[in-house]
Amino acid sequence: MSFAKALRCRECGREYPLDPIFSCEFCFGPLEVAYDLDGIRAAVSRDSIAAGPATIWRYAPFLPCDPQYKVDLGTGYTPLIKADRLAKAIGLDTLWIKNDTVNPTWSFKDRVVSIAIARAREFGFTAIACASTGNLANSVAAHAAGAGMECFVFIPDDLEQGKVVGSGIYNPTVVKVRGSYDDVNRLCTELSMQYPWAFVNINVRPYYAEGSRTIGFEIAEQLGWRTPDHIVAPMASGSMYTKIWKALQEFNKAGLIDAPKTRMSGAQAAGCSPITTAFEKGTLNFTPQKPNTIAKSLAIGNPADGYYALKQMQETNGGAEMVTDDEVIEGIKLLAETEGIWAETAGGVTIGCLKKMVASGFIKRGEETVAIISGGGLKTLEAVVGAVEEPLHVDPRIASFEEANRARKGVLVGAQA
Amino acid sequence: MAVTVKIPTPLRGLTLNQDTASVEAADVTACVAALEGLFPGMRERLVDEVGEIRRFVNIYVNGEDVRFLSGTTTPLKSGDEVSIVPAVAGGA
Repeated sequence: MSFAKALRCRECGREYPLDPIFSCEFCFGPLEVAYDLDGIRAAVSRDSIAAGPATIWRYAPFLPCDPQYKVDLGTGYTPLIKADRLAKAIGLDTLWIKNDTVNPTWSFKDRVVSIAIARAREFGFTAIACASTGNLANSVAAHAAGAGMECFVFIPDDLEQGKVVGSGIYNPTVVKVRGSYDDVNRLCTELSMQYPWAFVNINVRPYYAEGSRTIGFEIAEQLGWRTPDHIVAPMASGSMYTKIWKALQEFNKAGLIDAPKTRMSGAQAAGCSPITTAFEKGTLNFTPQKPNTIAKSLAIGNPADGYYALKQMQETNGGAEMVTDDEVIEGIKLLAETEGIWAETAGGVTIGCLKKMVASGFIKRGEETVAIISGGGLKTLEAVVGAVEEPLHVDPRIASFEEANRARKGVLVGAQA
Repeated sequence: MAVTVKIPTPLRGLTLNQDTASVEAADVTACVAALEGLFPGMRERLVDEVGEIRRFVNIYVNGEDVRFLSGTTTPLKSGDEVSIVPAVAGGA
């Protein structure tokens, strides 16, 4: 069962039944799931959660869907890795990487889609769809395949091959739209009013977005039922960034952890930075942008949750940072070379921004920090293909290897005397 | 000078489920006024007291967000398509 009891407008507080709707009829504010928190509190304990499966479904009482409708590809409970070498490289005492590259379709989107598809099936939809920068499309297509649902994924026409093929392999209808993500999103919002489909991030969005809370739940549980001093998360629409904080507050209300004091910071690419730019100007009203960055998964110029992300920065004494495309690549390489974790471009944005915030003193050396790495590097191969060392190309002879190795290193390394 | 306005689901209670409307308007502000004439109550849903578009409403003219054009003074001409779209969609 689910403890979800209603949809409630975040702006005016009007309540609606748990239907496939997303926007308040009066003020157009976003609808959010309201829960019976007393019921959740009575139903869960640290032990009951710890005894659950090693997936997001260990938090089922907190999720706004009935688990009997789930399509379980094994999403969530991803590793929280102590990143000592990266911490040292950037000047932090304690850093953790929340490694969401290891989800079934290699990004955190499996969390939100798990909820959306369960709700869509519960509602009786037979077709599922989304507007996506790539990762979401991959996850929707995979889960639709698992459920045997008809599937339409809409993407901008400039995506990386890994993200296009990464949807196509599950055989949905992939629709490449001439335009940016924001064009795709507008088209899909209009389509959602004409077609009887579950658009995961439009008419099912209130449920879908709740899936990102599982990142926050996992961080708190994996740290031993406590919260870190600082969390840095990538921001596209800003939804995941806000839902992690919501999760920590709900865990507190459920009696599982002390009141969180975590500072929440967000990361964007300079080529698409409406939220960070507004933060720097000290306003809650962002100005939309036309994205131009290699971090395509974050290339949302008109972020749906930008306003709430900016409010959360104020509320938690967090901040926002941005990095250039070169710094994105450096961030990907730094994470890979120090920790053995290969992130897609969004991860490069997060690491690049984290590094800048530590260097500027905004994040203090002693602040225990968690960085969210939201997707895997094979999906954005194009971004780094020219940025890694060329292989040594040798004949199958020791002398040939040693000659090539000497030419590269200047010294002979590792040979037996 | 007729322009076509696409009405989103949350506003169709005001339009008796009509999903488009045809109005005469020279710019976006005039379009909102014309909609108010046809469907009383529409204006306050779309714009605030000083006539600025509300935070969670996006308005597009021929597919372009008016914030990239001239906002509420974006001119309209015959045959243009105005889309009213809830802002809280997309992303994650």
